[in-house]
Amino acid sequence: MLDQGSDDFVVFDKVQKSYDGQTLVVKDLNLSIGKGEFLTMLGPSGSGKTTCLMMLAGFETATHGDILLDGQGINNIPPHKRGIGMVFQNYALFPHMTVAENLAFPLEVRKLGKSDREAKVKRALDMVQMGDFANRRPAQLSGGQQQRIALARALVFEPELVLMDEPLGALDKQLREHMQFEITRLAHELGITTVYVTHDQTEALTMSDRVAVFNDGRIQQLDPPDTLYEEPKNSFVAQFIGENNSLEGTVKELNNDTAVVQLDDGSLIDCRPVNVKQVGDRTKVSIRPERVEYRSERFQEGAHLLKAEVLEFIYMGDVFRTRLRVAGRDDFIMKCRNAPDQIRLKPGETVNIGWMPEDCRALDA
Amino acid sequence: MSDTTTDDSPQNGPVLAADGTPLRRSLARALRRQKLRALMLIAPLLIFIMVTFILPVADMLYRSVENGIVSETLPRTVVALADWDAGGDTPPDEAVFAALAADIQIAAEEKTHTKLGSRLNYENPGMSSLFRKSGRQVQRWDLNTDGPFKEKFLDIDDDWGDIDVWRTIQTYSPAMTSGYYLAAVDMQLGADGPEMRPENERIYLKLFGRTLMMSLAITLSCIALGYPVAWLLANLPMRTSNLLMILVLLPFWTSLLVRTSAWKILLQQQGVINDILVWIGLVSDDARLVMINNQLGTIIAMTHILLPFMILPMYSVMQSINPSYLRAAKSLGATDWTAFWRVYFPQTVPGIGAGSILVFILAIGYYITPALVGGTTGTFISNRIAFHISTSLNWGLAAALGGILLAVVLVFYWAYDKFVGIDNVKLG
Ligand SMILES: Nc1ncnc2c1ncn2[C@@H]1O[C@H](COP(=O)(O)OP(=O)(O)OP(=O)(O)O)[C@@H](O)[C@H]1O
Ligand SMILES: [Mg+2]
Repeated sequence: MLDQGSDDFVVFDKVQKSYDGQTLVVKDLNLSIGKGEFLTMLGPSGSGKTTCLMMLAGFETATHGDILLDGQGINNIPPHKRGIGMVFQNYALFPHMTVAENLAFPLEVRKLGKSDREAKVKRALDMVQMGDFANRRPAQLSGGQQQRIALARALVFEPELVLMDEPLGALDKQLREHMQFEITRLAHELGITTVYVTHDQTEALTMSDRVAVFNDGRIQQLDPPDTLYEEPKNSFVAQFIGENNSLEGTVKELNNDTAVVQLDDGSLIDCRPVNVKQVGDRTKVSIRPERVEYRSERFQEGAHLLKAEVLEFIYMGDVFRTRLRVAGRDDFIMKCRNAPDQIRLKPGETVNIGWMPEDCRALDA
Repeated sequence: MSDTTTDDSPQNGPVLAADGTPLRRSLARALRRQKLRALMLIAPLLIFIMVTFILPVADMLYRSVENGIVSETLPRTVVALADWDAGGDTPPDEAVFAALAADIQIAAEEKTHTKLGSRLNYENPGMSSLFRKSGRQVQRWDLNTDGPFKEKFLDIDDDWGDIDVWRTIQTYSPAMTSGYYLAAVDMQLGADGPEMRPENERIYLKLFGRTLMMSLAITLSCIALGYPVAWLLANLPMRTSNLLMILVLLPFWTSLLVRTSAWKILLQQQGVINDILVWIGLVSDDARLVMINNQLGTIIAMTHILLPFMILPMYSVMQSINPSYLRAAKSLGATDWTAFWRVYFPQTVPGIGAGSILVFILAIGYYITPALVGGTTGTFISNRIAFHISTSLNWGLAAALGGILLAVVLVFYWAYDKFVGIDNVKLG
């Protein structure tokens, strides 16, 4: 027997999936999820996130490859025996049952006694602060309340693994933020392994232990949120996660951890090579707007600077957002903290901008 | 005290609209205009329904209790007969017969006495000929000199001395009668109020019972056959389900008579199905199954004809059920069967309800198919109504039977509303 480390509660091993026999919706998926981990699948629409979740839940079968749950091949276990809690995007609360009946359903099919059932239902309702709503029908609840009930129903039978497919998609921003907090709190308190699907990157960053960025049926990067944000491995991830400035150019000099890139208008910049192999490669460099600096006293000696023309100044309260024309592109964004010594740039002004070389990453073109 | 109540009501007075009129009144005026416009839009339909549906129904309902004919044709007799004791065993006295002579003379001139005769014949067979015979003779009498009339009437026919004849006239002299309704439930107005008809004259209650039971059987077999089809329609891929939908609708596009006759060909004793059964040896040649001209034939043919009315509402309800409910149920640990029975099926009940109401109500009033394939044991009450409308011309009884049918439908509707809830019905 191999050592089943805590990293291998759920394993996707070279999984492929095709619906029509012509195109692969999921191409070569390899993923291990540890026990108690909160893992988010993040990706644009149609990238195969729901498909992965459905394969794990047993509603779709993998065309190729294995999915293991706690060391066991999942293909031989029918969905209702997997003991996986699931929250659907549309909640899928049974409309003909009351909230309490909805919650009691998984307990009933597990043949729990009445008093046992009632106690667990009550506990689950209290857990999501919906104790007063036991006798309502789902249609009599608001979206956020339905969401909580769906969550409570997925947790009431104490599954070890919970899958959630964009559970907060239909909620307004404030409620969404509140529920994000609630879900992570519950997941950690109960020690449940969670696979969470979303295409909202803020949600992914704030909630997860690790985030798997999906695109085109593949995992582009699988890392904790901070690594994902600060060290994107390719330009898709850089572009997809957070706000990003992207400039195209050619590698001019390449050392171990520094490089000089010549942009298409001829200007030179310093950056850290990530995805470039040799001098002469085309590259997209990526800089986060909040790492861009325009005050000359902050630059290192001999740093390469770029000329920028201020196009727009947007006051956002905590930050100033300035849109600049840089190297022929006019969508370059710089974010500065609203501090007493911060200058409010005016449209038409010209400034020199720069950054620390390690904040600027040369990625694939 | 109305002054004080107005004074007590809202301290700030009524809310006023911009032009100073009370808000409520200007709202009412605006709404009235809206309603009037809406009414004008539906006016053609409303008039059409009034003329072709509501008025005829009202007219029929009126006919089922209307009985002016006796008091109109025999006004004097009816008055004179009012004091006669129908419970005794003596026929009325001379005054009544004199009044009868006067009435019949006028009626014979206007030729209304035969109509009255056929009307009373429904209640007391023989009265039609009694009136026809008497009409001819009474016309020749001189009312002033020819009395006393009692003897002369008895000369025409002994039946004029029959207490039952007079009882019938007296019973049916009011302008409204419950007679048709009583007849429609196998009862009659006897000397001491309503009573059951003799055993051998009872047919309608049995026929009502049969109509209800067979409609129920048809509805149940439609549910049993229609449910899986509706499920397939809702769950197959688009292209296959479209094809299936055409097959479901095909019966709608075929003439009812053609379909019914096709069943005759299939089901009769020398028909296709019997031939096949004999050929494969399941049934011996001299014991061919009787599947037509009986209740079975009616049930089979009508199930086929009404099936689309069951499938379509079920289908539209099933189509609106998100597949994620079933997935949710299974992810919560339910087996396929539990997921179906506890989660899917309850959500399809409105469709079943809608289909059942449609099929049941259509079946209860069905007429052509039972007439063609029902034989004697498989006919419905509606076939009897048709008989009274077109053959026996007893429209009052036909109307009463129809009125009862309408009441039965309304009772079922009410019961459905009470136990299932009519707002649960979904047609699409
Ligand atoms: N039942 C199906 N039959 C055929 N193709 C499907 C089916 N379900 C999904 N697909 C296709 O598979 C691809 C991935 O779909 P999937 O639902 O996994 O995307 P997703 O990442 O969940 O997207 P979203 O964020 O929009 O929910 C899409 O191109 C979709 O068209
Ligand atoms: Mg999805």
